[in-house]
Amino acid sequence: MHGQAGQAARRLRWTLSVVTQPAWITLAVLAIGAVMCLISPAFRTYDNIYNDARNFAFIAIMAMGQMTVIITGGIDLSVGAVMGLTGIVTGLVLQAGYPLWVGVIAGLGVALLCGLINGIAVAKLNLSPFIVTLGMLSVARSQALVLSNNKMVYQFGPDEQLFVAIGGGDLFGIPSIVIVMVAIGVVLTILLNHSRWGRYLYALGSNEHASRLTGIPVEAVKISAYMFSSLTAGIAAILMVGWLGAVTNALGTAYELRVIASTVIGGVDLMGGIGTAYGAIIGAALIEVVRNALLLAGVDPYWQGTFVGVVIACAVLLERLRHRRSD
Amino acid sequence: MPVLELKGVSKHFGAIHALDDIDFALDRGEVLGLMGDNGAGKSTLVKMIAGNFPPGSGTIAIDGGTVEFRKPLDARARGIEVVYQDLALCNNLTAAANVFLGRELMTTFMGLPRLDHRRMVQRATELFAELRSETRPSDFVRQMSGGQRQAVAIARTRLAAAKVVLLDEPTAAISVRQVAEVLELIRKLKAAGVAVILISHRMPDVFTVCDRVMVLRRGRKVADKPIGETSPEEVTGLITGAIHAL
Ligand SMILES: Nc1ncnc2c1ncn2[C@@H]1O[C@H](COP(=O)(O)OP(=O)(O)OP(=O)(O)O)[C@@H](O)[C@H]1O
Ligand SMILES: [Mg+2]
Repeated sequence: MHGQAGQAARRLRWTLSVVTQPAWITLAVLAIGAVMCLISPAFRTYDNIYNDARNFAFIAIMAMGQMTVIITGGIDLSVGAVMGLTGIVTGLVLQAGYPLWVGVIAGLGVALLCGLINGIAVAKLNLSPFIVTLGMLSVARSQALVLSNNKMVYQFGPDEQLFVAIGGGDLFGIPSIVIVMVAIGVVLTILLNHSRWGRYLYALGSNEHASRLTGIPVEAVKISAYMFSSLTAGIAAILMVGWLGAVTNALGTAYELRVIASTVIGGVDLMGGIGTAYGAIIGAALIEVVRNALLLAGVDPYWQGTFVGVVIACAVLLERLRHRRSD
Repeated sequence: MPVLELKGVSKHFGAIHALDDIDFALDRGEVLGLMGDNGAGKSTLVKMIAGNFPPGSGTIAIDGGTVEFRKPLDARARGIEVVYQDLALCNNLTAAANVFLGRELMTTFMGLPRLDHRRMVQRATELFAELRSETRPSDFVRQMSGGQRQAVAIARTRLAAAKVVLLDEPTAAISVRQVAEVLELIRKLKAAGVAVILISHRMPDVFTVCDRVMVLRRGRKVADKPIGETSPEEVTGLITGAIHAL
């Protein structure tokens, strides 16, 4: 009897510890949003919420890619730089007069190549993901500078209007980027729960040795995660350049921090093995809401980084506490 | 013809001779107890048969044909199943997911492949019932007891029609009742014509279910006897080196 109750309690605690981080963060986002709506007329305007949604969607898309890497027990510090490089490559190809699809394929191709290199270095050469992707951060940022020759690109050839319309447009009042985010979120959730790929990501993040013994193609799965992460950075880059109507090699600078923070806030375990697409999205939303609230509260924008940093530290602390309880 | 036969197999890790010139053969439905002190080379032998690494020298044959496994999957394809000493489970997945890890059952959804959760849970339920284990297929491994984990690892070996099942200390960390269950399972495997190698430090286990006992000492085979021709005392002596046989 006692044992059964003990097990039920253990199961409940485990369930709580897994399910609730994104749920708590959702509550926090709604609470902060509700309070802001009440006290700030500026917050509750359609324009402000529209902009908030757009701002966080870029980060959320990349956070979903990042999450797949972190589930495997890795990390991808290069996403901001890959975003910059993809933006520049797409911009230059369009500026040279090629149609949009060529620019998109070139941009995403370069992004995937960055991911492939990261993945091979980590999976095949067994190098530390931290070091490999830090190296890629440097290389990709420098290549963006080399290719752009430090000039802004703001003419996008024959398909310029379409390009700007896709990146900056909306459907039924919802920014295109938000629609893309939701689409990626839905597909990724399905893949994580119902495909071999998803199952293998979780398996190797929990026990790589066991995964290898059961015949899971560990290297291929790892490489695919890094490629997916870079791909999301590429998609975010192309949409953002279309929205901004211009691109410099500084695009995406320091985004890796916000992206990784979003995943951690959304309940992804940096030790690997745990994470959801929804968590990555809601984590990004929390950062944006906090940022926006501070701004409207008249807090000096220079302080934003400090507050965001504190939120991240709190999220990691929360994760640590939950871990201690569930183990 | 023996289902599994090793001839002159050696393996060293740097200066350590983990296995030194091992010969033995195993017939269908035979249960071999593999004993030896810590570090004697038991796990190394099992891992080698299971395709984790090739022998340094010597040959392994299955059903009379020499095999060279390059990865665990090759061995599995030839009917060799293993329960590893550390069980090799993923804590963040359910029992059913672990049982089917690497050989998931699939179905299609709108023409696309998807995991067949329902059938995997169903089959895992059957397997656990067969093993008379109270493991629930949808529980996460993280929240399981030692015996339940053991059942998950053993259930895995029942998925395919195995010829040889290697069990590395399956009764280490579990309760008396569960030990009896594992031994019962080994008998079932034997009855089904499966050859079993049971690594154990527990004399009673070996003497209850095994047909033969083989003792390793510092990587060398020091005894290989039918269980009826030896005694726990003799085997203990062979393990510790107090008795020099062969
Ligand atoms: N991958 C490896 N690299 C180096 N040495 C190894 C490796 N695997 C095993 N050894 C060494 O080989 C010897 C045999 O180890 P093995 O694990 O086979 O022993 P065992 O009989 O299974 O012991 P135990 O009863 O403790 O499980 C030991 O000295 C061990 O340190
Ligand atoms: Mg061992």
